Amino acid sequence: MSDQTTKLIHAFSALADLGEELADTRDFEEMVRTTLHVVLGALGVRRGAVAEYMQGDDTLRIVAAWGLGDDAPATLTFAAASAEMLSAPHPRALSLSESDQLELVQHQLGDTLVATLGELRLQLVVPLVVHKKFVGFILLGDKATDEEFTLYEREVVRTMARHIGVGIFNHRLLREVEQRAEESRGLYDNLRTIYRDTVRAFAAAIDCKDKYTQGHSERVGKYSEIIAREMGWSEEQVEGIAVAGYLHDIGKLVVERDIINAPYKIDAKQSSELNRHPAAGYEILAPIRHPYADIPLMAKYHHERIDGRGYPEGLTGDQIPPGAKIVSVADSFDAMTTDRTYKRRKVFTEVVEDFRKNAGKQFAPEVLAALCRAMLKEVNGETKERVIIKLLGKGYLEPEECRPLLVELIAELESGVSLAAAQ
Amino acid sequence: MVDSHDRSPVRSARSGDIAVIYASDYLNKLSGERIERECRAHLGAGCRALVVDFKNTGLVNSIGVSIMLGVIDAAERAHAPLVFSNVNSQAAQLFEILGLTLHASLADDEHAALRMLSEVNVAQPRRVPVGKHT
Repeated sequence: MSDQTTKLIHAFSALADLGEELADTRDFEEMVRTTLHVVLGALGVRRGAVAEYMQGDDTLRIVAAWGLGDDAPATLTFAAASAEMLSAPHPRALSLSESDQLELVQHQLGDTLVATLGELRLQLVVPLVVHKKFVGFILLGDKATDEEFTLYEREVVRTMARHIGVGIFNHRLLREVEQRAEESRGLYDNLRTIYRDTVRAFAAAIDCKDKYTQGHSERVGKYSEIIAREMGWSEEQVEGIAVAGYLHDIGKLVVERDIINAPYKIDAKQSSELNRHPAAGYEILAPIRHPYADIPLMAKYHHERIDGRGYPEGLTGDQIPPGAKIVSVADSFDAMTTDRTYKRRKVFTEVVEDFRKNAGKQFAPEVLAALCRAMLKEVNGETKERVIIKLLGKGYLEPEECRPLLVELIAELESGVSLAAAQ
Repeated sequence: MVDSHDRSPVRSARSGDIAVIYASDYLNKLSGERIERECRAHLGAGCRALVVDFKNTGLVNSIGVSIMLGVIDAAERAHAPLVFSNVNSQAAQLFEILGLTLHASLADDEHAALRMLSEVNVAQPRRVPVGKHT
């Protein structure tokens, strides 16, 4: 095979390799480094670099270099005006070794850069231009043959430069998109934090209205979260149910303070007024665009019962949204385990009895079972945090006493014994 | 061909002041840069001449040529003679066209390369006569 044919085949195969390398987006630096080898090896050039123009910094960042020695600079100063000048499509390769071109090259690149390139023994400068935007240079040194670059070789480099320019341009676009996405993520996280803080503030405001149930909304939020997680809900759904727990009593804001704080059993009229709070809560929450689904519905239906004897709509069984069933259990559990003005809290055996009695009537058995499992895990020390034990206070859940009760109740609830008995 | 995860060591051997580096099949990938680093390591450790053996190397592509130019650069900076051995005829023609043979000699095999280098006084750096290639 003639030398000319071999050279041509070698250049074509280098172009094919280049396409393959540029399609590899795993590591930008490695991609550029490999493409530099392809260019150098295609023409037998002993040293070279690929520099990316960093707009704003007025610098050229050396992304890849070969044969420049260990002391080669990482960046080169480059004027924005030069970048403007080089932004024409299909730019020519600039030669530093041809004296008749030197004045033009110095004008386009600036004296400082030309001097630095000379020190690095780089003599052919190929601008990388994409969509009339200057993105960088391929910088080439002398050939191993010590001959000047031929017209054919300059064309080969220009063709490769167009491909490499597109590679750098695409990478830059990707970097910008990632940066924007990162900023948006940060903004979204901030909004979520503000939302959660607002929800907590509302919960505190709700609880302030009822002096006997301080911290109730926050506790219901935490119990709901624990139950939902135990039931296998996704983290997104768990966050949503926590918010629903925090806000479930928001409707109480429109109920007279005297009725809420009555230190006696309220009459039918007052009871009817108090029972308006789930629907009122729905009216308050519905116009808000919550980042989680069904929060207004969970507030509206948290006093519904499985047997249809709840309010406001008397829904039964699966008509009640699953989230409302969870908030209902969390709400009642907190009511049973905290002191109220008109009654002391129940001891744990009474709570278990209440659960057993009301499973399938007031409460969904699967939700009760989840709460009991979560309690048992905390009692057995299987969880990192002991949220329920902390909320109930020291000494409320005595392991020796409550463990067998929980085990037995869970078995009943999971086998449907209580539910069957109720029906 | 980007293969940053390829970490297998470059095989090399010493014969007195001469280091023999085996190019193997990773020459044509970015990981082939390890060949140049291996050469520099041997030169740094006192080697006075280098042999790069292509016995288990098939075709040499543009990346491989570039890496060999890096080896030439390292050898010249250390004034160390360089011989390529077991180069197949296609690669030899390419090396010749691209000017690599102006800086490194070719030998039929590793023994011929070592013999060639032992005939010159490597302590007095000078170019090894270009040998016959396959």
